[in-house]
Parts: sequence; structure tokens; C-alpha cells
Amino acid sequence: MITTSGLTKIYRADRSRGREVTALDGVDLHVREGEVYGVIGQSGAGKSSLIRCINLLERPTSGTVTVAGQDLTALAGRGPRAGKELRRARSRIGMVFQHFNLLSTRTVQDNVELPLEILGTTGRDRSRKALELLDLVGLADKAGAYPAQLSGGQKQRVGIARALAGDPKVLLSDEATSALDPETTRSILQLLRDLNRQLGLTVLLITHEMDVVKSVCDSAALMERGRIVESGTVGELLATPGSELASALFPVGGDASGPDRTVVDVTFHGEAATQPVVSQLARTYNIDISILGAAVDTVGGLQVGRMRIELPGRYEDNVVPIGFLREKGLQIDLVDNPADPAVPAVPAGPAAQALLVKEGAK
Amino acid sequence: MTWSETQPLLSQASWDTLYMVGWSTLFAVVGGLPLGLLLVLTDRGGLLQNLPANKVLGQVVNVARSMPFIILMVALMTFTRSITGTTIGREAAIVPLAIGAVPFFARLVETAVREVDGGLVEAVQSMGGNTWTVVRKVLVPESLPSLISSTTTTIVALIGYSAMAGTVGAGGLGDIAIRYGYQRFETQLMWITVAILAVVISVIQFAGDFAARSLHRRGGRSGPAPRLRLLRAEEPAAAAVDKVA
Repeated sequence: MITTSGLTKIYRADRSRGREVTALDGVDLHVREGEVYGVIGQSGAGKSSLIRCINLLERPTSGTVTVAGQDLTALAGRGPRAGKELRRARSRIGMVFQHFNLLSTRTVQDNVELPLEILGTTGRDRSRKALELLDLVGLADKAGAYPAQLSGGQKQRVGIARALAGDPKVLLSDEATSALDPETTRSILQLLRDLNRQLGLTVLLITHEMDVVKSVCDSAALMERGRIVESGTVGELLATPGSELASALFPVGGDASGPDRTVVDVTFHGEAATQPVVSQLARTYNIDISILGAAVDTVGGLQVGRMRIELPGRYEDNVVPIGFLREKGLQIDLVDNPADPAVPAVPAGPAAQALLVKEGAK
Repeated sequence: MTWSETQPLLSQASWDTLYMVGWSTLFAVVGGLPLGLLLVLTDRGGLLQNLPANKVLGQVVNVARSMPFIILMVALMTFTRSITGTTIGREAAIVPLAIGAVPFFARLVETAVREVDGGLVEAVQSMGGNTWTVVRKVLVPESLPSLISSTTTTIVALIGYSAMAGTVGAGGLGDIAIRYGYQRFETQLMWITVAILAVVISVIQFAGDFAARSLHRRGGRSGPAPRLRLLRAEEPAAAAVDKVA
């Protein structure tokens, strides 16, 4: 539904010599139709530039953006101003903002009618549509209020209703919940999830809060310094060894109790979750296992369990038991034992995994 | 002088002052509003960014504003005659008053429009609005309370200017104060004109404040934090770099 390829955005100060900031550095993003896709990263990672490049509020320096099969970068043309074609395409992409961006001099209903005015809808159709949308977001009784009379959560609901006025297929959410308290955040995310399901809306959201990704996203990407460093469906991410995003989405704590211990994170989802692996491991190899931390939760609609366990002895002594866990279809991530400097840092990535699997098979 | 003598004099002069100020305010708003908007829109990061044009407009406004009104009035005499056919009387005074007030009002408009949250502009662009839509639906309505205050300030300034215009034959309350009060030592009459001016200005200020406040009370802010200033979304190069750096 949304595809970007090689998206690059470089900001240049007009007159200064060589002062450049690369906000986006070759971003390839693929958002499937009907999914909620979260892009997470710290401030300055380029998230805002990314979402603004999707509807070309900012012109990418290079690369292409395709939304619903339409190449927006081709529509944009050379000139700095948005042509008719691009503006029409934008009207089919809804956008929700962190600070709501409602017009303070208009009532709630008039705010929702604004995009319809721009589209040229006639008066009666406008008010009918606006009231319908306000009903959808649960604010039918606030139609005549001014934004200043609403709470943050209500303002964002108006923002969402307004974004939906042009019947968009795609909704862009720019930190929509970052200015809200946790309770309101949950209800707004729930609303986005419901709209995604009811209307088949594709949602691309950017956020710096892991909880947002955890509670609504089907897929996620991690951005750092203008690049996407990890991406995939939540299931894929959890299945990726050493995935920063997966461990942030699903953290387990606990430090090793001393040197000469091996600490591993065991992640199980699907059928592996029901097997009594720990007791099997203890019985088969006659070792004592301590559980340092464990949690079972739902992430992106998937039932996931993660456990941090400690085995006696160094990693070299535990190659076989770890291999046993892998054979059971569990995902194993070795954790550095800070109390034991002898254990080398485990290189991340598939190469390391292959190495571990080979050792396990011996 | 008796009251029966001064009364028609004063009412004619008051009417002349209001006439001059009324028309020149109208011209100041009609000319100054677009000029002020252009000063914002053509500036760096504006929707119609055009730095050379912005420089020229800014300089024209600065020169016009730095000129003392009395000099401007004299300098414009030929121009005034070509429009009104005369340089004397209230109609003739409207020309320099309007020309002096346009850049004054334009600067006030510029300040008011810059206060509008750039996020609102972005929102309207994301809906597919063009620059004209942004001006019509966002910049003017959202800055309306400030624009009304600016108009009030302009009217008050114009009343002051119109008194100066009185010294070169424009009529009005300033003319009375000078001719009768100063030159004929009718101190009492001078104080009456001053009192009338004070009342007129107070009423205008009160009405303007009331209008601005009632609009403001209805509106209020929509977001917690006002964002920088009007950013042009298409090519926000410099502004964005400043933000990042």
C-alpha cells in the first residue's frame, strides 16, 4: 500500500558552506494493505521526515514514494509548489498530528468539514458526513464545541475524524499519542485499531513509545540515524535472534548470579509455548536451571512467552543443552554475563546464529 | 468665542477627522493585509518563498515607515494632486494618510500572521489545500483577534496623523487645535479638541479590544505548544536545518 525505495532527505542551509543534515538515508519501507505499521525511533532518527515524505509535505532529495499504486514523487514535478494532482492525492491520505492542529476559531464540526470544503463537497453533504464521522469517533455530542473546550484525547478524536473525511485508504499518524496521558493513549490506539479493522484502513504510525507498537502494530520498523535498521512483522521480529526491536518489545530482566554461568533468553511462540521444556532440559542433562525472569504477553496479537534462564558453567559447557532447546523449536539468545569477562560478546546477526546452531549440533 | 460659535466648528471638525481616518483605515487594511501576508509567505520557509521579492518588499516597507509623516505628506503632494486634483481638504489628506498607514498595518499583519501555528498550515496542506486555501482558511481566521487589535492600533495612529494633516490644510480636529488653540490663544478650545480626541480614541480602543477579546475567548489555542513559525512544507531546507542543528 505504501512503498518507499531509496528515500533520502538531505537538509541544506541555503548559504552556509557544506552544512548538511541527512535526515533520511536510503529508506526502503513496505507497508502492506490493511496493516498497522509502526516506525519507532528516538527523536532525531528521521521519523518525522519519513512520514512527511510519504505525502510529500517534504520533498525527498531522492528516491520514490508509492501510495496505493500511485507514484507520488512523479506527481510532485520539479517546482517547489504542490500541483493539482499531488494535492488530490494528498486528500486521499489522512494525517493525524501530535499537537492535533485543529483550527481554534472553528467548531469541532467545522474542523471536520474543512477537508470536505477543500474537496468542494456541498454544504448539506459536508455536515452529514462530518456528523457521521464524529459519531464514529464517539464525539457526536461535541459537534458545536470549540477545540479549546475539549480534552487532549477528544481533540485527537476530532483530528482522526478530520483525517477520515476524505475517505482515505491510508492514515498517517505523526506521534498521535505522544501528547496524551497513558489512559487516553490506550483509548486512541484502540480507536485506530478499530478503524483499521472496520474500514480496512492502512495505518502508518511513527512513535517513540514502544508500548504503542506493542499494543497496535502488525509490523514495525526501527529507525536510527535516518536508516531503517530492523523491520518486519511482529512475529518475524520476535523470531529474529538478537533483534533489538524484539527485546525492546518484549523485555525480560535479570542478571547472572555470578561468574561461570551461562544466561540465555528463550523465546517461544506458537506450539512451542506449551511444551515443558525447562523440566525436560533439567532431566535430560541433569543440570540445575534457575529462572531469572519470565513473562507471557500478547504482542501485536501474538501470544508470546520469553524467559531468561541461567545454566551452570560457561557457554562452552552448555553447548549441548542449548542445542537441545533449539531442536525444540525455541529461539535462544545468549546474554552477556557481565560478571564473567571471559565470555566474549556474542556477535549478532545470522552468522552468529549459524555458528551457534553448528556448535549445538555437535 | 461662545459655544454657539464653536459648536458647529467642532462638530464639522470631528466629522472631518472621522471621515479621513475612516477612509484611510479602509485603504490601509485593503493594502496592508495582502502586503503583510506576502511579507510572511515570501520569507525563508514561507509557502511562496521568494527571497529577492521579500527583500524588496521589506525595504519598501522600511523606507515608508521611517519617513516622518509630515515629510511624507509634503513629498506626496504631486501624487495627491494627480489623484484628487487638489492638495487641500479632507479628500486630499486621505491619500498620504492611506499611503503612510499601509506599511504600518502591513508590519502589524506580518507579526500577527507569524504567530499562527505552522502545524495548522501543514494540516491544511495534508488535506490537499493550496496556498490560497491556507491563507483563507488558516492564516487570516486564526490571526483574526490579532488583526483586529492591529486595526485598532492603526486607527489610533491615523487619528494622530490626521491631526498633523490638519496643519497643512486638511481640516479636522488637529486643524482646529492648531489654528484656534495655538495661533489665536483660544486655549479652552484647544483643550476641548484634545478632550474630544481622547474620547474618540478611548471608544475605538475599547471597541477594538472588546471585539478581539470576544473572538479570542471563543477560540483559544488548539495545541499545547505553538510551533516555531510558518514553515513552508515543500522546501523547508533552511528552517529545518536550524531546527536540527
